Amino acid sequence: MRQAYYSLVFLVLLTVSIMGLRGLRSTSAPIEVFPDMDRQAKYKPQAASKFFADGRADRPIPAGTVPHGRTAEADPAFLRADDFRYAGKTSDGSWARGFPSEVNRELLQRGRDRFQIYCLPCHGALGDGNGITRAYNMVVPSYHDDRLRAMAEGEIFNTITHGKNTMFSYADKLSPDERWAVVAYVRALQRAAHGSLADVPPDKRGELK
Amino acid sequence: MSKIFPKSANALPLQIVIFLAIAGGVATAAVTYYSTPKYLRVGYQPVQPVPFEHSLHAGQLGIDCRYCHASVEKSATSSVPAAQTCMNCHSIVKPQSPLLEPVRRSYETGEPVPWVKVHVAPDYVYFNHSVHVNRGVSCVECHGKVNEMTAVWHDKSHSMGFCLDCHRDPANYLREPKDVFNLDSPTLAAQGRLEKAHQNIRDWKIMPPQSCSGCHR
Ligand code: HEC
Ligand code: HEC
Ligand code: HEC
Ligand code: HEC
Ligand code: HEC
Ligand code: HEC
Repeated sequence: MRQAYYSLVFLVLLTVSIMGLRGLRSTSAPIEVFPDMDRQAKYKPQAASKFFADGRADRPIPAGTVPHGRTAEADPAFLRADDFRYAGKTSDGSWARGFPSEVNRELLQRGRDRFQIYCLPCHGALGDGNGITRAYNMVVPSYHDDRLRAMAEGEIFNTITHGKNTMFSYADKLSPDERWAVVAYVRALQRAAHGSLADVPPDKRGELK
Repeated sequence: MSKIFPKSANALPLQIVIFLAIAGGVATAAVTYYSTPKYLRVGYQPVQPVPFEHSLHAGQLGIDCRYCHASVEKSATSSVPAAQTCMNCHSIVKPQSPLLEPVRRSYETGEPVPWVKVHVAPDYVYFNHSVHVNRGVSCVECHGKVNEMTAVWHDKSHSMGFCLDCHRDPANYLREPKDVFNLDSPTLAAQGRLEKAHQNIRDWKIMPPQSCSGCHR
């Protein structure tokens, strides 16, 4: 009987030493115990596919594709026909000044939020170009240069959409309306960096000292 | 006449029964311990084609999760970034690094970087990132402290029981929406503001599904 207990203890030790404990790091894929319908013949986003040559199940949209079943009346964004709003240009092709929608608190807050995610790593929280990439020789201009302060809103919009020189496009991360919100926040940063006491409402001036 | 069996043999049947019971108990314990996702999945840390470190990018450099996982608050899936996202910086930061060769190749040819997926929900489960993230459920509840991981590992079991534990009573797990992407932030409950969590649940009508069709559609 004793041998039986010894072999049981041995078996337990053997199992634990082979199988390890819960939560140990492992590079082998998890075993699916009852794999009944775990993997079905369907594609999920960003999945791999053997069918398409590039191996992606997600298909790129062919150039010139138009959404089906929509009209310009029901959805103004359809066809993106508004040059000001979707390209930052006026009808004569120059960079537009001003904003396609009202600039209010909500837009600025949205802009700050987006700026802090997508622009801050390089341009810095204040827009002075002192982001984390400065230490790695990336030359990022300060928004507070006269050139950028004088730049039309439409051109900043275009920089976000298409990038410029060493800055890449952010069109995949920001929708056109979000881009305008970011432009508004960039304007707010520029204004703040060149603010004077006269910009502060009289009743708040005391708090500055 | 000598006895064939010694007297002690009388106890043997009982001893065998006891042994079998113990052995059965051990076997059951082993199966429970080893055959649930807590053992099978937790700790899975595949070898990635690029040794990308979240602890460096999200932790040390402080890049927001959404810079790379841009769709997480807008859609059901949390997209893994395309090579261009990396090249935004790595066209200038360490442009020659041999570790980044697959990213550069992907950027030039358009072939995807073959990242290995870590968290894979079964195909019969419907999951949606944006509903969770926008209601104050932080990444850390389901993925652990990614901002401290070098390579991502599977930190939580993602079993049905895991989902339901929270769905039955989400108050203890909620954060302020602005803290969702800050994985080091405390939950409202940990700040002693459980009342606020209950208020959010009432105000926003947070009702995580507990019926089967909520997650198995
Ligand atoms: C990965 C780093 C990086 C990020 C992130 C980034 N930029 Fe830039 N940005 C640059 C660099 C580098 C330049 C300088 C480009 C050049 O060489 O002219 C630049 C230039 C600019 C300029 C000036 C363009 C000009 O005409 O000179 C504007 C405006 C700008 N960025 C806005 C933004 C906004 C808005 C965002 C967020 C959506 C953003 N950037 C995010 C790196 C970045
Ligand atoms: C600089 C870009 C970048 C940032 C910032 C980033 N990630 Fe990632 N993340 C990636 C890449 C690339 C992968 C795919 C490779 C991998 O799994 O390591 C990934 C994978 C993941 C995965 C595993 C996905 C799977 O396969 O199941 C999780 C979870 C994750 N990230 C969470 C986060 C969280 C949470 C944050 C914010 C704290 C974050 N990430 C910030 C680039 C990033
Ligand atoms: C906001 C800028 C930024 C982005 C975006 C970014 N990185 Fe980095 N990455 C850095 C910095 C800064 C370093 C640190 C270099 C150092 O000091 O070692 C780095 C280092 C690395 C290294 C180590 C390189 C080496 O040779 O030591 C790898 C690998 C890497 N990144 C992969 C990626 C991948 C993959 C992505 C895209 C998902 C990405 N990075 C996106 C800024 C960035
Ligand atoms: C409520 C739990 C939960 C939360 C909160 C959560 N995730 Fe996930 N995540 C999952 C599950 C489950 C999967 C597997 C999904 C699948 O395979 O379809 C996943 C997958 C992923 C993936 C792989 C790509 C994909 O969508 O399949 C990434 C990247 C990721 N999560 C990042 C994040 C980030 C970043 C956050 C925080 C902003 C976050 N997750 C918050 C549960 C969660
Ligand atoms: C930490 C808490 C938490 C965890 C863990 C969690 N959930 Fe949720 N889930 C929520 C909350 C809160 C909501 C409610 C959102 C609402 O009502 O606005 C929700 C809602 C949902 C919904 C409803 C979405 C819709 O479109 O109506 C689904 C489906 C869901 N969760 C699936 C899952 C699955 C699958 C898992 C496990 C992988 C999971 N959840 C894990 C908190 C959680
Ligand atoms: C909160 C979301 C959620 C709800 C609600 C839910 N499930 Fe699930 N269920 C899951 C997830 C996630 C899994 C996958 C677990 C895993 O992969 O380990 C799962 C797996 C399963 C499985 C397969 C188990 C296996 O390992 O093969 C069955 C059967 C199942 N669920 C039945 C039900 C039934 C019946 C109900 C209603 C009483 C229900 N589920 C409600 C999330 C849910």
